[in-house]
Amino acid sequence: MRIKRMWLELPLHLMLIPGLVLILIFSYGPMVGLVIAFQKFNYASGLFGSSWNGLDNFKYVYSLPDTMNVIRNTIVISVMKIIAGLIFPIVTALLLNELRKQLFKRTIQTLIYLPNFLSWVILSGILIEILSPATGILNSLMASVGLEKVFFLGDPGWFPYVLVGSDVWKEFGFSTIVYLAALASINPTLYEAAVIDGAGRWKQTWHVTLPGMLPIIVLLTTLSLGQVLNAGFDQVFNLYSPVVYSTGDILDTYVYRIGLVNGQFGVATAVGLFKSVISFFLICLSYILAYRLANYRIF
Amino acid sequence: MVQQKTWGRKAFDVFNHTLLAVLAISCLLPLINILAISLSSTNAIETGKVSFWPVEFTTFAYEHIARTKPFQTSLLITLERVALGVALNFILTVMIAYPLSREVSSFKMRTVYVWVFVFTMLFSGGLIPTYLVVKEAGFLDTIWALLLPTAVPIFNVVLLLNFFRNLPKELTEAAFIDGAGHWSILWNIMVPLSLPALATVTLFSIVGHWNEWFYGLIYMNDPAKYPLSSYLQTIIIRFDLSSITDTTQLELLSKLNNRALRSAQIFLGALPVLLVYPFLQKYFMSGIVLGSVKE
Repeated sequence: MRIKRMWLELPLHLMLIPGLVLILIFSYGPMVGLVIAFQKFNYASGLFGSSWNGLDNFKYVYSLPDTMNVIRNTIVISVMKIIAGLIFPIVTALLLNELRKQLFKRTIQTLIYLPNFLSWVILSGILIEILSPATGILNSLMASVGLEKVFFLGDPGWFPYVLVGSDVWKEFGFSTIVYLAALASINPTLYEAAVIDGAGRWKQTWHVTLPGMLPIIVLLTTLSLGQVLNAGFDQVFNLYSPVVYSTGDILDTYVYRIGLVNGQFGVATAVGLFKSVISFFLICLSYILAYRLANYRIF
Repeated sequence: MVQQKTWGRKAFDVFNHTLLAVLAISCLLPLINILAISLSSTNAIETGKVSFWPVEFTTFAYEHIARTKPFQTSLLITLERVALGVALNFILTVMIAYPLSREVSSFKMRTVYVWVFVFTMLFSGGLIPTYLVVKEAGFLDTIWALLLPTAVPIFNVVLLLNFFRNLPKELTEAAFIDGAGHWSILWNIMVPLSLPALATVTLFSIVGHWNEWFYGLIYMNDPAKYPLSSYLQTIIIRFDLSSITDTTQLELLSKLNNRALRSAQIFLGALPVLLVYPFLQKYFMSGIVLGSVKE
């Protein structure tokens, strides 16, 4: 009987093998390589030939003056993105929901979802062109109404806001559509009951619509918590420059420079390990919270 | 729901329509600006006359790019990458999602496998160790470095897994009784019934592979092996003049406006997505809802 069961299950195991092999090599393999974080890694000697230096890499990173700033930047930018990425789509979804003409509504939806599909290379190229202090169209418009020209991408004060703003512009289409779907699934009889009780548009939105959207809002927010240490490497890498490192440098770009540019593999892996461990706890926390607060099982 | 059209309501409607229209158009305007610059003459650009419409129309920038060898090579590499990458993703996603969608009663090791796959979503080795693994495996400077590390899209697997689970059990039970094995059930029953989900997942996979640029930069030492997005990154962001090797190109470059050239490259990089999008946006939008709103 055992043999028969194993025979029946064999195809299932076989189907999983290619994927399993790839995962073992390319996802679990690098995890073994994390030990580099504890080594004085020498590219030529490789993994087994480099000497061990315990927690020295971590101490070294901690002693660098930029590290605390980089962590601060990462968290500040991420949190701003989460908040802006919450307000903008919700408001847009609420406004879209008020539209009666389906064609107009669908056209708007199509257009706002478009920036999502452009890569940050393309978008950065566009932003660099538009925000250019001398020739960019935004500064030209500002000058024509009498405002002073601003070097958006070169001013540490402006740079985080450019990051958050352009990220919201790119991503808000996605969340808006999710919220719109959630809005559409709210039971219409709730609205009718509210109207009978004398509620105007505002009261209806406050007491029926928003509570109806709450589960999905909580869900999307808690899921994005797990990503708080990923402030958006693709975007920052393409838009930043040494001038704005003080407010724009995030963990991933920092690791990239230390590791791949300066060749300090041990140090870079140490920072990467630190980030992975914290992200792991945050993601687990966010999954537990999503289950408790919004009753959503990830798997 | 029928409402009274009060004055306040009408005013709000006008305001709402205008606001949303402005918002939607703002998603198009930057692209229009870039397109206008790419089609304008050097003189017009330098004197700042170009906003949303080409001034002194010329297609010189595009003609030049079409003749640029690195652009052509990188385009071919990207096409190869998208074709192979999407096929690989598709086959793996389907083959992994099916066994994992089976109940524990018919597949004892299921939970173990699920955890093995899902754990990689929670924790990763990081950039440097992954780079070293790819290097040790001998895939640097080959297209496999771009295809293999991300060949198993766990997120899509979970999505498809849930979809398979929601298909009626009676179908598979009937097929078993008729003597079908797992393999034929998967390809003859489950896949045909999952076409909407698979289409969406495949489309996201195509866009993902087309736009991915970072791995192309770090895994390829030879710039001739860059995919299109990586090549564009060096031109648009870093403007790496060292990639121009012959002097006739430098001459052309001086005649050609730098900004027009970059704008043309940017627009060409965005073009495939822009062309495909209107036809497939229905799938993209339904795809989001697939994975998110639960009843």
